[in-house]
Amino acid sequence: MSIARFWRETPRRYNLGGSKCTNCGTVYFPPRSVCPQCTHHRQSIEKMVRSQLSGEGEVLSYTVVHEPAEGFEMQVPYVLALVKTPEGPVLTGQVVDVRPGEVRIGLKVRATFRKLREEGKSGVIHYGYKFSPVEETNGGLPARGPPVPAPESLERPRSAAGA
Amino acid sequence: MREVAVLGVGQTKFGELWDRSFREIGIEAGLQSLVDAKLSSADLGALFLGNMASGSLISQEHIAPLILDYAGLAGRHLPAVRVEGGGASGALALHQGYLAVASGLYDYVVVGGAEKLTDVPDATAADISSSAADHEWEVVFGATLPALWALMARRHMHLYGTTREQLAAVPVHAHDMAGKNPNAHYRNKLTIEQVLGAGPVAEPLGVLDCAPFSDGAAAVVLGPLEEARRHTDTPIRIAASQVACDTIALQNRQEFTTLESTVVAARHAFAQARRAPRDVRVAEIHDAYSISALMALEDLGFVEKGRAGAEFASGRFGRDGPLTVNPSGGLKAQGRPFGAVGVAQVVEIVRQLRGEAKDRQVDGASFGLAHDVGGTGATSVVHLLERTN
Repeated sequence: MSIARFWRETPRRYNLGGSKCTNCGTVYFPPRSVCPQCTHHRQSIEKMVRSQLSGEGEVLSYTVVHEPAEGFEMQVPYVLALVKTPEGPVLTGQVVDVRPGEVRIGLKVRATFRKLREEGKSGVIHYGYKFSPVEETNGGLPARGPPVPAPESLERPRSAAGA
Repeated sequence: MREVAVLGVGQTKFGELWDRSFREIGIEAGLQSLVDAKLSSADLGALFLGNMASGSLISQEHIAPLILDYAGLAGRHLPAVRVEGGGASGALALHQGYLAVASGLYDYVVVGGAEKLTDVPDATAADISSSAADHEWEVVFGATLPALWALMARRHMHLYGTTREQLAAVPVHAHDMAGKNPNAHYRNKLTIEQVLGAGPVAEPLGVLDCAPFSDGAAAVVLGPLEEARRHTDTPIRIAASQVACDTIALQNRQEFTTLESTVVAARHAFAQARRAPRDVRVAEIHDAYSISALMALEDLGFVEKGRAGAEFASGRFGRDGPLTVNPSGGLKAQGRPFGAVGVAQVVEIVRQLRGEAKDRQVDGASFGLAHDVGGTGATSVVHLLERTN
């Protein structure tokens, strides 16, 4: 993936910047420029504002991946989950700092800023969110790594929606 | 809108066709379908070609005129159009061909589907298949297509008590059926134990829960129903052709154990045909992963939501049942050349409805369904087909 293609999404991938429809109040991640919930989509045009996710969440479903996506070869087996946030959106991401066998539906997790993948030894390193348990799991592995940075440090103005 | 019939069908063997090129298999299926329809190429109005990823797989785009050219038709300057919708590309191309004939703009069209997957390593084919999901918001975070379906499988198990053994019954059924299909990629029998013991891909799904990467091509000739008798004794009417779409990313849906695109496409299709799921005697459904088939049976209206695992494991979708599912062996065992799948499903249903399916003939088949899915369900296509004599 080209540098620009990954870089342009950093406010979202580093920082969980979503969008909110001021017409109906629904929050979206990744951000959208029109609201699918509003019956007449045109009502939401220019009414979508930035909205920050807290990074909290709960596992809705999970899988232990053994045949990895490109660039994840060194991480197998890894846990991939659907994480429901209290703001509404569901995110797809890895669950780390836990033994795969201890992940379950309902596990409370929090977003954490991590390296996602590398494009070979000299290629671009991609960073973004993963999730780690906020509950004590039997593995007792402590959460490592910094929490997701504060919004001001990374967010930059943006008018249109992401990909 | 006029009524549209399938007048001819053709299909190559599915599998690892190392000695054959993309254009060779595309031409073979297309010419077979023309001969079957007793049609001369001079009668053709257009070509529609379903294909998902020729650019990534064989570094060749612009493939519709390429196939037209090698079919000997470039000099007639016919319109040739490629149609892409992930794994549903073939069925989507059929929908376009159906519209083209129904509208009256063309009388006869060929709809082909072709994909050449084994010219790249399996891991590359897997990455390309995942590009039918949302690259920016799923794949970048470590998702693969089987991983996303595994998330649906786990949720289905959680909500409805579907078991690992019930999932395993799907590929066992597929291989049973494909044993009688000479075009199938895999014709060997499987046991539940073999499926459970196979290496994991994305838990709970293992290698044998997942359809293979295959080469293959299929084609049908469509024409106006009122002219059909001139070409065949058993015209098969397209009673419905419906497409429905949904969010590209699984995460942006309200439900994770149902494909709303399939629910809507099926509802529209049965309304168009003025028929009900209980009228279907034979169906080719999307079984790229074991969970896909169970969700499809529910979403198409054949079984109650959450019941497909138990119903499937009871064996009621075999050759003798009131509804026979995937007599070809499905994507799992007949094979999964992405863009060819949706067309091949219709080829199988047509053969069944004509009574030409030989060893795998389903008794009393006069009404059938074909169901194709792209990615994790951003596109679903449902066709209903009916014997008219």
